[in-house]
Amino acid sequence: MDTETQFSDTIPQPGVVGQPLSRVDGWAKVTGQAKYSAEYNRLPGLSYALIVGSDVAKGRVTSIDAGAAQRQPGVLAIFTHQNLPKLAKSPNNPDDRRALASSGMSFFPLESDQVYYAGQPVAVVVADTLEHAQAAAALLRVSIAPEVPVSSYEAKNAELYVPKTIRGYAPGVTKRGEAQAAFASAPVQLTATYVHATTHHNPMEPGATTAHWEAPDRLTVYDTTQGVSETQKTLAAMLGLAQDQVRVITKYLGGGFGCKAWVWPHVVLAPLLAKAVGRPVKLVLTRPQQFTGMGLREEQTQTLKLGATREGKLLALVHEKTSTTSPWEDWAETNGRIINMLYACPTFEGTYRLAHANVMTPTSTRAPGDMPGSFAIECSMDDLAAQLNLDPIQLRLLNYAEVDPTTGHAWSSKSLKECYARGAELFGWNRRNPKAGQTREGHLLVGYGMATASYPVHGSQGTARVRLYADGHAVVQAGATDLGTGTYTINTQVAADALGLPMQNIRFELGDTNLPTTQWSGGSTAAGRVSSSVYLACQEVWQKLLKVAVIDKKSPLYGAKPEDVAVEKGRLQLKANPAKGEGYADIMQRASLSDVEGSALGKYGAGYEAPKATANANMNKKEDAAPHSMHAFGAHFCEVHVDPELGTVRVTRWVSVMSAGRILNPKTARSQVIGGSIFGIGAALMEQTVRDPHLARYTNATLADYHVCTNADIPNMTVDFIDEHDPYVNAMGVKGIGEISIVGVTAAVANAVYHATGKRVRSLPMTPARVLATLHEPA
Amino acid sequence: MNDFSYVQAASAKEATTLHKDTPAAAYYAGGTTLLDLMKSNLAAPPQLIDINPLPLATIEQTSEGLRIGALARMSDVGEHPLVVQGYPAVSQSLLLAASPQLRNMASIGGNLLQRTRCGYFRDAAFPCNKRVPGSGCPAIAGDNHNLAILGVSESCIANAYPGDLAVALAALDAVLTLENQKGKQRRVPITEFYLLPGKTPQKETVLEPGELIVAVTIPAAAHARQSTYLKVRERASYAYALASAAVGLDVQGGTIRAARVALGGVGAQPWRSREAEKVLVGQPASEATFRAAAAAALRGARPQSENAYKVELAQNTLVRALQQVAA
Repeated sequence: MDTETQFSDTIPQPGVVGQPLSRVDGWAKVTGQAKYSAEYNRLPGLSYALIVGSDVAKGRVTSIDAGAAQRQPGVLAIFTHQNLPKLAKSPNNPDDRRALASSGMSFFPLESDQVYYAGQPVAVVVADTLEHAQAAAALLRVSIAPEVPVSSYEAKNAELYVPKTIRGYAPGVTKRGEAQAAFASAPVQLTATYVHATTHHNPMEPGATTAHWEAPDRLTVYDTTQGVSETQKTLAAMLGLAQDQVRVITKYLGGGFGCKAWVWPHVVLAPLLAKAVGRPVKLVLTRPQQFTGMGLREEQTQTLKLGATREGKLLALVHEKTSTTSPWEDWAETNGRIINMLYACPTFEGTYRLAHANVMTPTSTRAPGDMPGSFAIECSMDDLAAQLNLDPIQLRLLNYAEVDPTTGHAWSSKSLKECYARGAELFGWNRRNPKAGQTREGHLLVGYGMATASYPVHGSQGTARVRLYADGHAVVQAGATDLGTGTYTINTQVAADALGLPMQNIRFELGDTNLPTTQWSGGSTAAGRVSSSVYLACQEVWQKLLKVAVIDKKSPLYGAKPEDVAVEKGRLQLKANPAKGEGYADIMQRASLSDVEGSALGKYGAGYEAPKATANANMNKKEDAAPHSMHAFGAHFCEVHVDPELGTVRVTRWVSVMSAGRILNPKTARSQVIGGSIFGIGAALMEQTVRDPHLARYTNATLADYHVCTNADIPNMTVDFIDEHDPYVNAMGVKGIGEISIVGVTAAVANAVYHATGKRVRSLPMTPARVLATLHEPA
Repeated sequence: MNDFSYVQAASAKEATTLHKDTPAAAYYAGGTTLLDLMKSNLAAPPQLIDINPLPLATIEQTSEGLRIGALARMSDVGEHPLVVQGYPAVSQSLLLAASPQLRNMASIGGNLLQRTRCGYFRDAAFPCNKRVPGSGCPAIAGDNHNLAILGVSESCIANAYPGDLAVALAALDAVLTLENQKGKQRRVPITEFYLLPGKTPQKETVLEPGELIVAVTIPAAAHARQSTYLKVRERASYAYALASAAVGLDVQGGTIRAARVALGGVGAQPWRSREAEKVLVGQPASEATFRAAAAAALRGARPQSENAYKVELAQNTLVRALQQVAA
């Protein structure tokens, strides 16, 4: 369609895009009709696999006594490293982005007798029922000769190193200007250290894979994945199949938060086992296994040196991060990214330090890098404001980045000033006492805090297909995933407006590799990419209909130039004379067309207003967007009550204002923002996975003991959006909202705690123990 | 989880007789602790004896005080007007515990027998002296941030009873009625019901094999009517206490006539502090008195690497609770 004329924005005003509509899949979910990946229970001969994990974190399997387990009723097979069928290909390194496949780590268990982390699968039991598998697993005796593990980067036996790159692309050391020298000569110097505990994603739905070999060369996998096509590609490679021989289905997902963005061992085990026992196999991780089965957000310490003028202008940022990675990968969250780009600072230096330890490879967790990075920069900015007696917002405006400081490029759009202003207004920021530790309510200290949020618009691409029937119904398809966040809903809205049809006439299908390929739902890319491909595919439908109409002598549009025709509410009509036109049904009827199909690629890059795009309709080339930096921005505002005797912190008010391009559905977008904020409040106040310092095994891998926020921890939350018309990010002008919502949250809470108490807690989560300890520190 | 058989008992006699036939059987009431333990392979009873049909769910005023049947549900007891009015600490301890769903299921007797949340006990992959006597206690040098500082031993530092109700009951001199396999009943003050770990942390109560808790009786008293339960935890709901205090005061003319103090979250068992009570009685109901009592209550604390904060936290919790009932 490169050479075709492109319509301008056909989204009718007002249409359903931008309306706060309820989820189209809500009814199916609350009535139990929505089928999740572990609910395909009617497959013929379905059997159940249960992983048996290693008790110890390091060692060698010396013997396996499977006798008693094998004799249990219903047991079909027990696999260990001694008899597990071999993989066609080992998993790729997740750093190797060229491979385009998506293993969570390059290590695959059960290939040797070596044990590298607690919970590593050392056996799998397959039985005719889950209960039989559980009973047998309890009787399996795996003897492991333990060795002394490295529990984290903090352990005495840990060896720190600076990697060449992290995640395969971010350099271990980044320098922009001479930050060290600029810091040394800065009139104002702040140095602070920030600590993050290990945390886990803990989606409600655990990792689950059901594998069904429908023929020796035809595998169907129902998996909990954020990306069906990435899982398809990875499974095909590791199982020695062609890609068309693997079908991956994920119709509904109970949350992912990054852990389901990668292919972990259980996903590969299920089809291996199914092939070996000759029956479909369902493998669901238990909740404790969820903590050792799908990655983690690594524990980390950051030191940030901030140099500024006496007026508060930033001169230097020097950032160091030390964190734990697995024995195999140089994996770390890219914290430096946000610290480098958030403010107009002339110099930056960032260094990553890692230690290999006996844990699995960490992985992407909601806003990887930007979330913990924002804790460091946004707390340090708060420190600087306090030291210079500036309002925290004033300091941020003083350092406002009018262009991207890392590239010098203009922003595709940036409405951060408006976010600050609107947030301050909604929150009542002007009531903030400029002095910290001064506001009491009974036993409680009251504090206000705020922080900036930002998240990049990542590159991605994918195809959607639209089939419009002459009866006015349409099927819209893309192999996308709905994490539970609204992908079904927003794309139904976009297609309805773009086709000029009511929403109930649109059926949007996703989550199946039989559908057009689109990338994962990760990095906040899905809303922009999928909606753009849907929008463009709908445009192609009109293009085809228009071609038919202008050569149809019976059409009122006969002989019209395509560029003179517009689409309005499902009708093709002359721009100059809207009365002259007709509906698609008439065109299709006369041409004996039962349906018309359109298909298009939605992509990062130029949107519908970029000059090149409107000229030739190829609105998706990245170079069309250059030279622009693309980010969503926002601000969080928080009030806390701190009990200085009991050490408890409660968030009592919350305001988030986000600018993220076009908001397709303010209701689902609001849910994303409150979800991310609650996730962040959890990280700020309570979430931590504790690894025993000697045995390197988690001590609280349950949802009773790993605390996520309850309703009682969360006040009513106010969310607002600053409308943006971004002509560059993608065809729909959507930046995505899933991850920015958590960025800055921990800092907003910590800044409020500082404002309440006059003391800063720099170690997360801010449990009563840590709050009490901080309050005892000398001022 | 293992396969098990399931039987129902209609009376205490029938239940204890069934237990005599299968000594490794477990009584099943609300199941909120037991089923968790079974699913984690920490308990593997060959038989569950369902005691829910037993007529033990009544809550009634008796000459000895309020008698609560062991099968009454946490939510029913917590919301009962006699409990709310006469024993606010008991009501609060119940309603601040667990979640509504769990409170609707869990029985009073089962609550008193819940097991520790110590992560080393709850995960069979770890050594644990309580679970496997003699295997060791990695918690002492490991993750002990929410473990006990009072009544602990070289063998075990778990807060064996992690909950709330028994703390309030310990403060208010509750007495348990137990029935053994011979059908004989005996009465044990709750303060003598739990055992400290010593060298045998696997032995947590004085219950004999097969013996059933049938009732809890709480004497009426002015300090019981003027009581409260304060719980400090890492989130606002559905979490075990880092520290908690159950206190009852009888204050007349500004002077404390009677005092009851028990602490939760910090003791190897629910921690009645007669030391604190001694400091309080006869003294003015002032912050200075409360502080002195709190210091006395924590005098024997033995904190580990990660839980020293509990000394201060428990003291502050106790002082706050005393302030609340004295106000």
